[in-house]
Amino acid sequence: MTVRGRNHVTVTGRDGGPVVMLAHGFGCDQNMWRLVVPLLEQDFTVVLFDHVGAGRSDLSAWSRERYSSLEGYTEDVLEICHELALGPVTFVGHSVSAMMGVLAAARKPEAFAGLVLLAPSPCFVDDPATGYRGGFSAEDIDELLESLDANYLGWSGAMAPVIMGNPERPELGEELTNSFCRTDPDIARVFARVTFLSDNREDLAEVTVPTLVAQCSSDAIAPPEVGAFVQARIPGSRLVTLNATGHCPQLAAPEETAAAIADFARAGH
Amino acid sequence: MCPADGGDSGGDRAPGKQPGDDAAFAALLEDSAEDLYEHAPCGYLSTLLDGTIAKINTTLLDWLGHARGDVVGRRTFSDLLTAGGRLYHETHFAPLLRMQGEVSGIALELKAADGSRLPVLVTSTVKTGGDGQPLLIRTTVFDARDRRAYETELLRARREAEREREELKRLNATLQQTLLPPALVSVPGLNVAAHYHIASADKVGGDFYDLFPLTDGTWGLFLGDVCGKGATAAAITSLARYTLRAAAVYDPDPAAVLSNLNTVLNHEYNGTDPRFCTVVFGLLTPDADRDGFRITLASGGHPPALLIRADGSADFLPTPGGQLIGVLPDAHIATTTVRLDPGDTLLLHTDGLTEAHTAQLGDGDRYGDEALLDFVRALGPTTAAHTVAAVRDLLDTFGTGVDDDTAVLAISVPRPPSEEQQ
Repeated sequence: MTVRGRNHVTVTGRDGGPVVMLAHGFGCDQNMWRLVVPLLEQDFTVVLFDHVGAGRSDLSAWSRERYSSLEGYTEDVLEICHELALGPVTFVGHSVSAMMGVLAAARKPEAFAGLVLLAPSPCFVDDPATGYRGGFSAEDIDELLESLDANYLGWSGAMAPVIMGNPERPELGEELTNSFCRTDPDIARVFARVTFLSDNREDLAEVTVPTLVAQCSSDAIAPPEVGAFVQARIPGSRLVTLNATGHCPQLAAPEETAAAIADFARAGH
Repeated sequence: MCPADGGDSGGDRAPGKQPGDDAAFAALLEDSAEDLYEHAPCGYLSTLLDGTIAKINTTLLDWLGHARGDVVGRRTFSDLLTAGGRLYHETHFAPLLRMQGEVSGIALELKAADGSRLPVLVTSTVKTGGDGQPLLIRTTVFDARDRRAYETELLRARREAEREREELKRLNATLQQTLLPPALVSVPGLNVAAHYHIASADKVGGDFYDLFPLTDGTWGLFLGDVCGKGATAAAITSLARYTLRAAAVYDPDPAAVLSNLNTVLNHEYNGTDPRFCTVVFGLLTPDADRDGFRITLASGGHPPALLIRADGSADFLPTPGGQLIGVLPDAHIATTTVRLDPGDTLLLHTDGLTEAHTAQLGDGDRYGDEALLDFVRALGPTTAAHTVAAVRDLLDTFGTGVDDDTAVLAISVPRPPSEEQQ
C-alpha cells in the first residue's frame, strides 16, 4: 500500500503554486475542508488527506501500536510530504492536527514553509499544578467516549439512510456516512484518547518555522486563553482571532478562514 | 332547491353524531400553534448560527429546570450539554450539520439545573433564507431515558458477545489440541508424520489420530472421523480416542479393538441421538527378517488407506464391507494385512481431503478418490514426511474449499542407507 493510498491523499489546485497541506482533526475527514478548498485552488497547490482510520484511508494500515500516540500520525504527515516531494509546505492543522504539525515541524523543519494552527489546543485537560486550563477533566473525556459509543450504536446501520432521505437506496447512506464523520468505533476510541489526552505543551517551544495561530472567537473546545498560550510558547508566532464561532471555522466561516490561510501562505517565508 | 347549510339533509355526517361534536372537534383543532409549540411532548429550540439560544419551549425548560430568562440570548446549545457531549457535538454533530443541513437521531446528554443528566435524542435542521444562506438552526429534543438504558444494555451485551467469541475460539483451539497427540512417538525403524487441518476456528472438528506402543514391540495406530462438529463431536472424539487405546491394551487384534469401540459408542448414544464414527485401526508388528513391518488394518466405514510402494507404484488398500462404528449393535469390520518393506509408505486420511471443493475442476466439484490416487502416484516413491508435506500444500491450494477438518497420518519404512545414496 502506497502512502498516497494509505492516507487517501488528494492533490488539487494550481500546479507549481505554493503548497498548502490541510489536515483534518478528530471526528471527520478531509471533507471538512470542502468549503475552503475552492477558495485556495486558484493560487495554491492544495494537498488533502485522511488520517489513517478516518474517511477513505486504508483501515488495514491502522494499528494500535502506531496510532496510540500523535507520533504515528506525525510520521504519516512527514511521509506524505516526502512522497509528494512538493518542497516545503504550509501545513494547516485543525484541532488535534495542529499538534501533529508542531511535532512534524520540530522534527523536520526543512519540510515546512510555515504552520497554520487552526483552533489548536496543546492539552485539553486542565493541569491544576501549573494553573493551565485546557477546559476539560479526564472524566469529561470518558464522557466523550460514552457519547461515541451511544452514537455508533444507532449511527452505523440504521441512521445513515435516514439522514440521506433515501431509505430505498441504503448504499447512498453508506457512502455518505463513510465519507464524512464515520470511523470504525474501535479506531475512534483510540483516536479520541490520543486527541484529548495528549499533552504537547512542552513541544511548542521546539517550533522554528513561521507560525500563525488562528483561533475562533468563541470555541467550546479550545477557549481563547489556550490560543494565547500556544502563541506565547511558539517563538515568533502570530495570533489571529477569527470572527468565526465554534470549533470548525473552515465550515462556519470558510471565506475568513481561507483568507487567513492564503495571506499567511502567500507571504512567502 | 337545496338548503345552503345542509342542516336538514344530514349531509355526510356520520350517523349518530350530534351537531355539537363538530364544534368541539374544531375547537380542539384550533388549539393554538403557540400552545402546541410550548407544550409539545418534545423539546424545541432555535439557535443562531453561533449556537446562541434564540427560542426554547416550555417543555424543554421544564425538563432542564431553567428559567427562560437565564437561557435565551445568554447560553448556547453547547452550554446545555455535558462536557463529553460538548466535545462530541463540536467534533461530529456541528460539522455534519454544516455539511448536510440536517442531522438526526444523535444521542446526547443534557445537563439540568439541578446537576442531573437527561439522555436525549437530538435532531437539527438548518433553516435557510431565500438565497440559500443559513439563518438559524431548529432542533427537536426527545427524552431518551428508557431508550438509552436499553441501548446501554445492548452495548454491554454486544461487548460480552465479542469477548465470549474470542474466548470460544481460544477454547476450541485448546480443545482441538487435547484431542490430538502433542507429538507423535518415535517408532524404531519407522518414519511417521501427521497433519491436522482446521477448517473453522469457531467449531471443534471431529477428526482424530494417534500412534502408541503396545506390548512385545508392537504398535497401535488409528485415524478416524466423528460425524458432526462442535462440543458433542469433541466429546465422542475424546471417548473414541481413549476407548481405542484401552481396547488395544485389552485385545490388540484390530477387529476386536473396533468391535469394542462399536459397543461403547452404541451403548453410549443409543436411542434418540445415535452418534457414530469411521475409523481405521492398525496393528504394527516389526518384521525383523526384512527390516520392515507387517500391518493389519481394520476399517469401520473409513476411506481406504493408500499404499505407495518403493518402486513408485501406488494403490488403495481396500477393506470392503466395513460398517460405520456405533450405529449397529454388531458392526461388520473388514481387515487386511500387508507388509511394509523399506521404501514403502502408508497414508491414512479423513474424507475432508477428498470432499474438498476444488476450483480447478469447476462447478464446485469435489476432489475425489481418483484425484487423490493420481496425486500419490505422482509422489511415489516417497516418505512419510514428504507425503504429509505434499498433502499439506494440496490443502493450501484448496483454500476455503476445504469445508471439513482433515487429518492425515503417514508411516514409511526408511530404505537402508546404501540404497538411499543410489
